[in-house]
Amino acid sequence: MNELRIKSGTSRKSAYDLRSPVIEDHETHTLAIIVDNEAGVLARVVGLFSGRGYNIESLTVAEVDHEGHVSRITIVTNGKPAVIEQIKNQLGRIVSVRKVLDLTTDGPSVERELALLKIKGKGQNRVEALRLADIFRAKVVDSTLDSFTFELTGTPDKIDAFAELVRPLKLVEIARTGVVGISRG
Amino acid sequence: MTRSMTGAKIVIQALIDQGVDTIFGYPGGAVLPIYDEILLQNRIKHVLVRHEQGAVHAAEGYARSTGKVGVVLVTSGPGATNSVTGITDALMDSIPIVVITGQVPTFMIGTDAFQEADSVGITRPCTKHNWLVKDTDRLAETIHQAFHVARTGRPGPVLVDIPKDVQFASGAYSAKNESRTGHYKPKTRGDAEAILELVEKLETAERPIFYTGGGVVNSGRKACKHLRQLVDETGFPITSTLMGLGAYPASGPNWMGMLGMHGTYESNLAMHGCDLMINVGARFDDRITGRISDFSPNSFRAHIDIDPSSINKAIQVNIPIVGDAGSVLKDLLGIWRSRGSKTSNGAVREWWQQIKEWRKVDCLSYKPSTATIKPQYAIQRLEALTADADRFITTEVGQHQMWAAQFMGFHEPNRWMTSGGLGTMGYGLPASIGVQIAHPEALVINVAGEASWLMNMQEMGTAVQYRLPVKQFILNNERLGMVRQWQELLHGERYSHSWSEALPDFVRLAEAFGCKGISISDPADVDDAIMDMLNYDGPVIFDCVVEKHENCFPMIPSGEPHNKMRLGEDSEAKTIDASGAVLV
Repeated sequence: MNELRIKSGTSRKSAYDLRSPVIEDHETHTLAIIVDNEAGVLARVVGLFSGRGYNIESLTVAEVDHEGHVSRITIVTNGKPAVIEQIKNQLGRIVSVRKVLDLTTDGPSVERELALLKIKGKGQNRVEALRLADIFRAKVVDSTLDSFTFELTGTPDKIDAFAELVRPLKLVEIARTGVVGISRG
Repeated sequence: MTRSMTGAKIVIQALIDQGVDTIFGYPGGAVLPIYDEILLQNRIKHVLVRHEQGAVHAAEGYARSTGKVGVVLVTSGPGATNSVTGITDALMDSIPIVVITGQVPTFMIGTDAFQEADSVGITRPCTKHNWLVKDTDRLAETIHQAFHVARTGRPGPVLVDIPKDVQFASGAYSAKNESRTGHYKPKTRGDAEAILELVEKLETAERPIFYTGGGVVNSGRKACKHLRQLVDETGFPITSTLMGLGAYPASGPNWMGMLGMHGTYESNLAMHGCDLMINVGARFDDRITGRISDFSPNSFRAHIDIDPSSINKAIQVNIPIVGDAGSVLKDLLGIWRSRGSKTSNGAVREWWQQIKEWRKVDCLSYKPSTATIKPQYAIQRLEALTADADRFITTEVGQHQMWAAQFMGFHEPNRWMTSGGLGTMGYGLPASIGVQIAHPEALVINVAGEASWLMNMQEMGTAVQYRLPVKQFILNNERLGMVRQWQELLHGERYSHSWSEALPDFVRLAEAFGCKGISISDPADVDDAIMDMLNYDGPVIFDCVVEKHENCFPMIPSGEPHNKMRLGEDSEAKTIDASGAVLV
């Protein structure tokens, strides 16, 4: 497998937004969208973003209450404050959306992302990779004679930082879940 | 108690339970079981259209003229895709429609079966909500929920896609009152504090204006009543969008005419110069605002809308009030009266003096002609000769639509059906059919342009079949008039493909359809010919050959603010700059 070509510094804000630098006066918000778990609901939400030209930095979705047919979609988006307001109102209008929470403004919250990173290498690079993993509390979840796969959980910034550090050690593949978040207390 | 019946029967039973008396439809393979059930009952009248787009526009005409939900029944695949334009039209204008589509059987979904299309996927962005029903036991509840969603909050179109095996299978029927409507319950009462703040502004405003839209008409008769009381008691001037005509009577003392791109001079200048703008059920559409950065620069703005996403979307407002127009207007009126019905009288009188000055410009004037029929003249005569009738007007889209809005007076809501948001050519003829079905005794006129009218002219077959005496008043300039006007103003008079060299003979076309045709081209014949049309008991195609190069004024060129309006051919600023030209 070839080395990943992630230019230094480009993934500082988000690994999903490698091309467009964040425009000034844009804010990044994490929205938790509580929806009916029914066919097509994700398409409704995502279609709203693409149809109206809103940005998606990351997206995660899973059922959270089987009995109550509830799923939770977490979207990290950016835009001018008026656009963020508009996004929330437009989401609120979708019939299968029950609630829209803005984790960025509705009080303190915690946000986490999980990543799997595969590093190929032998000799000294392997040792260095394990040392960095130790510092970041990344776990080894798979190991071969010439590769390690690490599991790392944390804020997107922490994952960016780890990816940045192990990149020269021949980081060949990275998988990220996108952000999930929840309000504190 | 639940009863067991086939899916097809459940559809009909649910429609009956919802009080549906008419459906507009077109049969096909995937809805045959439902059509079987239609034949076995006599509670619901089915109107066979000639094209599925026509079915949706007809249902829109029915819904807009009655305030009830319009119902459409079409087959899978092409039936569903043909209805997409109508559904989008209903979404843009907030018209409650339930569209029932047949679908290939559940076990064939995803196999590219004959006449299969992903109907819920295709219509997801153009419906308020849609459902694919895979289980007959869920069918009744889904249909009841569809009606609830279509008519509740900001109304809109919904679609229920029913696979053919679900129509054949038996399932439990649940009645309207036994069905869950889900959690969809939009807020209708406005925030009391915000309403009080607005009342305080009403009391002190010096240059106020009411700017009202389709939300008032959609809210219903009560909203219109409260609006009329509030406007008349405050004495404030009122203008309206294309969608809101008739909520306040055109004969009312405070009426200034429509606003926007082709609105009146006085309305647009009053919007530009006001110090208090009270937006009721309108959405600051780009046809209304012109250049956003120069829109009404010194006003304090209140916005009453049932849809939170309409607020602060295009224009930032000072007092947002989320709620139903009728409910908010009632509260507003009540609080304002209880505080002594105060306004700053002297200042408002001065404001009216200013408005009267603007009125003297007589912005709708045009150069009369004895050689050719001026389209404005034709509409003025139509207006004069039908003013006493409780008439319903539909339109197509283009210059004729704007002239109808300018020159016809609407004194009651639900009398004016036009495609506002989407601007759908081909809307008017099928819409007039829907209106006439709902109001069999009324005078229903479709003011049309020949180009738009040809887009859905097949529906004359429907009109003739059901003996619907709809009058098709076609202003025939042998051009795509509005396109031609823009090409003249924006594209150096290069008239690229904006005329037709092969128009039908409308009189012979009428004969071919089995109705009456009239054609005139001499201004002296206009009155007699209109009377001829009105006196004929049956559908009429009226071919009014008009001046070919007439432009529609006043006009705010795209990208310009309200105070830069062009009043006629002789106005300055002949060309529009590049930043304006990219706008539509």
